[in-house]
Amino acid sequence: MGSATSELPSHRTPLNDAAETGLKIVVVGGFGVGKTTLVRSVSEIRPLNTEEVMTQAGVGVDETSAVAGKTTTTVAFDFGRISLNERMVLYLFGAPGQERFWFLWDRLFSGTLGAVVLVDTRRMDDSWYAIDRLEHHRTPFVVAVNRFDDDTSRYSLDEIRQALALPGHVPMVDCDARVRQSGKDVLITLVNHLHEMAIAEEATL
Amino acid sequence: MMRKPVDTGDPDRLYTVTGGRSRADESFDLVTLIVSESGPVPGMQSEHARILELCRHPTAVVEIAAEIGLPITVVRILLGDLLDTGRITARHPRAARSVASLPDSALLQEVLHGLRNL
Repeated sequence: MGSATSELPSHRTPLNDAAETGLKIVVVGGFGVGKTTLVRSVSEIRPLNTEEVMTQAGVGVDETSAVAGKTTTTVAFDFGRISLNERMVLYLFGAPGQERFWFLWDRLFSGTLGAVVLVDTRRMDDSWYAIDRLEHHRTPFVVAVNRFDDDTSRYSLDEIRQALALPGHVPMVDCDARVRQSGKDVLITLVNHLHEMAIAEEATL
Repeated sequence: MMRKPVDTGDPDRLYTVTGGRSRADESFDLVTLIVSESGPVPGMQSEHARILELCRHPTAVVEIAAEIGLPITVVRILLGDLLDTGRITARHPRAARSVASLPDSALLQEVLHGLRNL
């Protein structure tokens, strides 16, 4: 058993025995944008790391199909956990935005409440693809701008909204992914948005 | 954090763990909570025994995968074995089943309440 997925020591904090409902929120963003930092700042456990393997048979058509023979690609992701009450537990996933990851979206993240697109203003191009894919999967999302210390450009949220061609109904929020309260505020912004959407949807029934 | 993907290290291991099977039970969501209904017994495959130990308290599928260091698909196969023999029960998420539909506002209100109280 030499190839352990995670080198973290295994001192687990078990869930409440009454826990019955697991929920998912996904944080998507480019490399180094602070996904793991955000997950860590709000999680009740040290973020864990796991992976899914993607084979030709499991994924349909992708770039690996061109390669002859058995092809397996691994997609790794981090996650943390928040016990909301005795019965409900929220899992927060930090997901890489790269192309191959989206082939696994349905298998891993169907039924997710929603997503946070974490944006670094120095590399905004990385966010385009994630936003496009979330819209394609019809997953509700908010955009959180991680303001790094050396974020000298200081684009306003309005400027970033324009740069990303974000529709007006998508909430945007500034954050510091290292700060727990700030991370909480991002999640609350997302769930508030989902709640408003659900109320509007129920009103039409 | 530098890590070595399990499949590049030893693909044969995954084959051995699952007895050559590659089709997983898709009903196990990442956040389905698994609870053991009995302890490990002598002669049981070590991965099965490990899962039963872990799930003395409710444990999400994704946490099981992280703890035992195996990909999600492999864990789903192993959980299928344990479910078939009645050694575990599964508490499936009640949130929206289809990708595009929202959960109801009452559930979201509970989530908001939980987040605000953190």
